[in-house]
Amino acid sequence: MNHNFSFISGWIRSGSRLLDLGCGDGSLLADLTSSHNVRGYGLEIDSDSIEKCIARGVNVVEQDLNRGLDNFADNSFDTVVMTQALQAMRYPHLVLDEMLRIGSECIITFPNFGSWRTRAYLAFRGRMPVTKQLAYQWYDTPNIHFFTYSDFEALCQERNINVMHRKFIAEQFPDNLLKNLWPNLFTETAVYHLSR
Amino acid sequence: MASLSLQTPAKSIGLVSPQKVLIDKPLTLACGTVLPTHELVFETYGTLNSDKNNAILICHALSGNHHAAGFYEGDSKPGWWDHYIGPGKAIDSDRFFIVSVNNIGSCFGSTGPTSTNPATGRVWGADFPSLRARDWVESQKLLMEHLAIECWAAVIGGSLGGMQAMRWSLEHPDKLLNAVVIASSMKLSAQNIAFNEIARRAIKSDPNFCDGNYLQQNRAPLHGLALARMIGHVTYLSDEALGKKFGRELASGDFIGSTEDPIEFQIESYLNYQGDKFSSNFDANSYILITKMLDYFDLSREYGNSPVSAFEHAQCNFLLISFSSDWRFSPKRSQEITDALITAGKNVSYTAIESNQGHDAFLLPNDRYQKTLSNYLRRLADQLGAA
Repeated sequence: MNHNFSFISGWIRSGSRLLDLGCGDGSLLADLTSSHNVRGYGLEIDSDSIEKCIARGVNVVEQDLNRGLDNFADNSFDTVVMTQALQAMRYPHLVLDEMLRIGSECIITFPNFGSWRTRAYLAFRGRMPVTKQLAYQWYDTPNIHFFTYSDFEALCQERNINVMHRKFIAEQFPDNLLKNLWPNLFTETAVYHLSR
Repeated sequence: MASLSLQTPAKSIGLVSPQKVLIDKPLTLACGTVLPTHELVFETYGTLNSDKNNAILICHALSGNHHAAGFYEGDSKPGWWDHYIGPGKAIDSDRFFIVSVNNIGSCFGSTGPTSTNPATGRVWGADFPSLRARDWVESQKLLMEHLAIECWAAVIGGSLGGMQAMRWSLEHPDKLLNAVVIASSMKLSAQNIAFNEIARRAIKSDPNFCDGNYLQQNRAPLHGLALARMIGHVTYLSDEALGKKFGRELASGDFIGSTEDPIEFQIESYLNYQGDKFSSNFDANSYILITKMLDYFDLSREYGNSPVSAFEHAQCNFLLISFSSDWRFSPKRSQEITDALITAGKNVSYTAIESNQGHDAFLLPNDRYQKTLSNYLRRLADQLGAA
């Protein structure tokens, strides 16, 4: 999934220190290491993903994000990244605070639960949405907090988080044409570049 | 040869034999004593390539030795790390030239308390100079020069072996590309030191210890050394592993009273057996010497007690591995090393392997551990263009 977010490399300075929370197979870190010479580390708990990182030479540390990040000092990274994992955190707002404590900037991507497709799924089928983005049943999903683009905007405002960039991703028609017009309804995945 | 193939399991390196070298260069120990020469016993597995860039150093722990893999003629048991060293194994002898050395102060043929002190013509015994992990590193460096190896592809060790790997990265940063630090720590805790002191006291309390000069009197504190090992052995295992293996099963006697045999739990019989086996193979002065070496180890003492400042001197990449049930050097210790390396901006990966085997897990078969080590070293071999 990480390769979808290659455009965020435009928000990363060359040679910067990068921490990727929930780094998966390490492809984003591998790409940014070769393109931007970043000094990158990934945190991950899935053993298969950790093995893939090690096999491709990406720095990976086995650490459960839900158990805190207090082993990382304030401002010890230029950028802290989290792709498609905030909705799986026990306390997303505290994770967000932690990311902005450890990094001067952070980049977050999440599936927008406010998309008309999920709304329609729930409204018309009366069942919890199972979509490409949220491909789990309600009982086995790792995604325990569902939130929308608007919810996230409100959270940033409440916590005085500065939005440096926001980008909306939607691949299907007509969402891809309408996403910037009405983000909360037509965005599948939201991407934020944040700072304090 | 048919019988040989029966006793050496598939993928074993097969028959091996040790080599001995006289290091004819003075070694100044951390305590100030100079060993004008010293002997080292070692084994090698695999072939040094023409670029001489595929050498791996294996660092043993407290009771280890040079016999890490393969079999000696007539032996049914392989070397202590045979699960992980051999053709096609995690530390692959088809791709790497693997050097495993018995360190000075130990008792398997390298210069140590059971050797003769050339200055006096008598056995060293308790007078063997106090050692630090760095002394082992310096001695290994002399062996490296003897073997004409410019740079280790990796220095690998578990427990005290991991401490040597870390020390290598600070003392000779340009002489290794990777340090693999398994079930280790930057320094011992009070609890660790406590167990070591109980072990030393057990040895010293044996009437045959004779202030460490037992060899001169043809005696040996076998009982005390066995007791020391039994204490150590329990700390290398987990409660769960012991429970699974022995439970409350009896080795002899019963609680019904139908036999005259005294009641003995299997764990008692096992521990006594392990203790006796160990004391017949190991030297008590070496045990005292090396447990003290462990106690004294403190990676960052000379770097203002800052692990980050210490690791800033390192140039190699690091792989850290810990085991969940290891309470001797718990995962927290490896996490501390990892945190310091990240803050120092070094390349590091860390995996915390799920295992119920305690500290000993680093010696035992474990799928994920094997995979981690294999993946890491396979990539290294590919980079080096090794075989």
